[in-house]
Amino acid sequence: MSVSTISVTTRRGIEATVHVRGTAGSPVVWFHGAGGLLADEPVLDALAADHLVYAPEWPGYGAQETETELYDMLDFALHGLDLLDALGLVVAPHVIGHSMGGMIAAEMLALHPTVATSLTLIGAAGLWIDEHPVPDLFSMVPFELAKTLFVDAVAGEKMLTAGLDFTDDQALIGFMVGNARRMGTAGKILFPIPNRGLAGRLYRITCPILLVWGREDRMFPPVYGERFRQLLTSTAAELVVVDAAGHMVPYEQPDAVVAAVRAFVTV
Amino acid sequence: MKFVWFNLQPWPHLPENFRQDYRSVWVDIPSHLFDPELAHEVYNTYLDQLEFADELGYDGIGCNEHHQNGYGLMPSPNIIAAALSRRTSNAAICVIGNSIVGYNPPTRVAEEFAMIDCISGGRLVAGFPVGTPMDTNFCLGQIPALTRDKYAESHELIIRAWTEPEPFAFDGRYTQLRHVNIWPRPVQQPRPPVFIPGGGSIETWDFCLDHDYNYSYLSFSGYKAGKSLMDGFWQRRAERGDRDDNPYRASFAQIIAVADTDAEAERLYAEHILYFFNNCLHVFPGFADPPGYRTLKTLKAGKLSQLRKETMELFQKLTWADLVESGAVIAGSPDTVAERMEDLARELRVGTVFCLMHTGNMPDWKTRYSTQLFAEKVMPRLQSIWSDYDASEWWCSPMAERRTNDAASMEAARRPVGPGDLIATDPIDGVEGVL
Repeated sequence: MSVSTISVTTRRGIEATVHVRGTAGSPVVWFHGAGGLLADEPVLDALAADHLVYAPEWPGYGAQETETELYDMLDFALHGLDLLDALGLVVAPHVIGHSMGGMIAAEMLALHPTVATSLTLIGAAGLWIDEHPVPDLFSMVPFELAKTLFVDAVAGEKMLTAGLDFTDDQALIGFMVGNARRMGTAGKILFPIPNRGLAGRLYRITCPILLVWGREDRMFPPVYGERFRQLLTSTAAELVVVDAAGHMVPYEQPDAVVAAVRAFVTV
Repeated sequence: MKFVWFNLQPWPHLPENFRQDYRSVWVDIPSHLFDPELAHEVYNTYLDQLEFADELGYDGIGCNEHHQNGYGLMPSPNIIAAALSRRTSNAAICVIGNSIVGYNPPTRVAEEFAMIDCISGGRLVAGFPVGTPMDTNFCLGQIPALTRDKYAESHELIIRAWTEPEPFAFDGRYTQLRHVNIWPRPVQQPRPPVFIPGGGSIETWDFCLDHDYNYSYLSFSGYKAGKSLMDGFWQRRAERGDRDDNPYRASFAQIIAVADTDAEAERLYAEHILYFFNNCLHVFPGFADPPGYRTLKTLKAGKLSQLRKETMELFQKLTWADLVESGAVIAGSPDTVAERMEDLARELRVGTVFCLMHTGNMPDWKTRYSTQLFAEKVMPRLQSIWSDYDASEWWCSPMAERRTNDAASMEAARRPVGPGDLIATDPIDGVEGVL
């Protein structure tokens, strides 16, 4: 799959790298999670067969230095809307958000319900249930991350690190620097509790919604998907729970995710 | 030189195998290890020791802020400082300091420090740490990547609250107040001296130099390990060239233990200081470095091997020889300690030393013994080291006439009211009153 990157500048003046796949079809915009885009993005590759797929990087991700202009949830949601504007799409896209990307996408749609044709939330952040506390990603040491995020921790670590060897000091430092940039940004909306009041705003979303969750998601277990479904009172949301997958379901079971999205996004 | 008697106020009853059995002394240390009734004795003993240091002539007595921490029992150092303000008369009250990012609104710090300054008659030395990630981020819930920005804003608000004579409105990103007008206000004008506990970032050095604050390097690694960092501070000052090289611009924390001989020092103190290093300094690495807290530059230079599973399970045991050799501990006879302390002062070019005289689970009598020997046999030999320099900008300026909180005046204040105290008539409203 050929991936091109373009650079867009929002009206606020923030420059963003956007990964583009596909040549024709209705537009899909994918908002990545707190870990950023990985080396392999099988779901994006597959969707590009019949969609134009845009995957923008949040500030602080990819090659970008730590952002300084976004401080709170409203800033992030407005930045997401600015990105959609900057892409200059002629039709409203299908928006898909994974994890933190889902949280931002939901906030965007609550602010501006007509900006997307549909919304797919995959293992989305943004809610908190006392009985199911979300693990503290920010206090994890590197070797703990994969086993929290993936069903298969060994395979997961390879995906997270793109094959880097954590027993090598330079590799570990490189990962920690990147992680500090990414998670430093993410912390502005996820630390110490990944809840900035989205529950009270979900009623505003009116477009069709698909919820996709890994059955073994240890960050936001499927009960969070169910809670999203209950709180999305203005639209009928379907929850698809995927077997043999954790929080990183798009990477562990890409075929199942693609099948669910294809069944939902028919135009 | 100035000597501040300082104690982290550790919990002295951690179990023998604490490191193996629990993952961290800080943040998620189990509450069942704390015994409030034992703490009654622990706190009062620590306060006794601080008061004893005042009696012995230490220039200052100090406290600091940690939360959910088995080696630092002062989530509110201002409570300790308030108690000390009432029970001591001469020593500077060094609060090093308040984690100002965590106070909402930060004017609380300006107010409480002003109260301490009033009660103590102008003896406050005020510290403003950014705070460790363990305290500021994981215990107080502040966002790592915004911690420094919020610190800068909180600092500005506190200084303005102290120094601006008229009420003002403060429109900050993190704090908005329509009427800033603190009551009471500090005795020391325009403000009490400020100490900034910091690590090795150029930003912190510049911040201290810009404002003429004391740069306080408070680590447990000792003077040999602290040398390169302190050199960095002085080099930065020289590069800028806009500030003098007065040694009182800098302070350093050092674990010190004095006995009759070097051998006696080891025999008396080794087990207690080793308790601190081998039991108390056990912090889960995930709490030490939340993404966004440190600058990328600092991270790139860092040694991260402690983040490996194998290293975390190693639990290397330090020995007394390790600690003395590395300079983490200055211990021995008065001669030995005086000699090393002079090295410390001159090598690091520091005017003020935070003397960690009580360490780990050291019992009271040993602490007093060491504290007294240092005051009587070491301090006099070091006090004049920087006598060519004026410390006043980095030290408190107490009121010349202030209350003496000695035993006699304390007793007098508690004397029951007798017939001789009554006056016939209040001259204003005619009601009989009491003088």
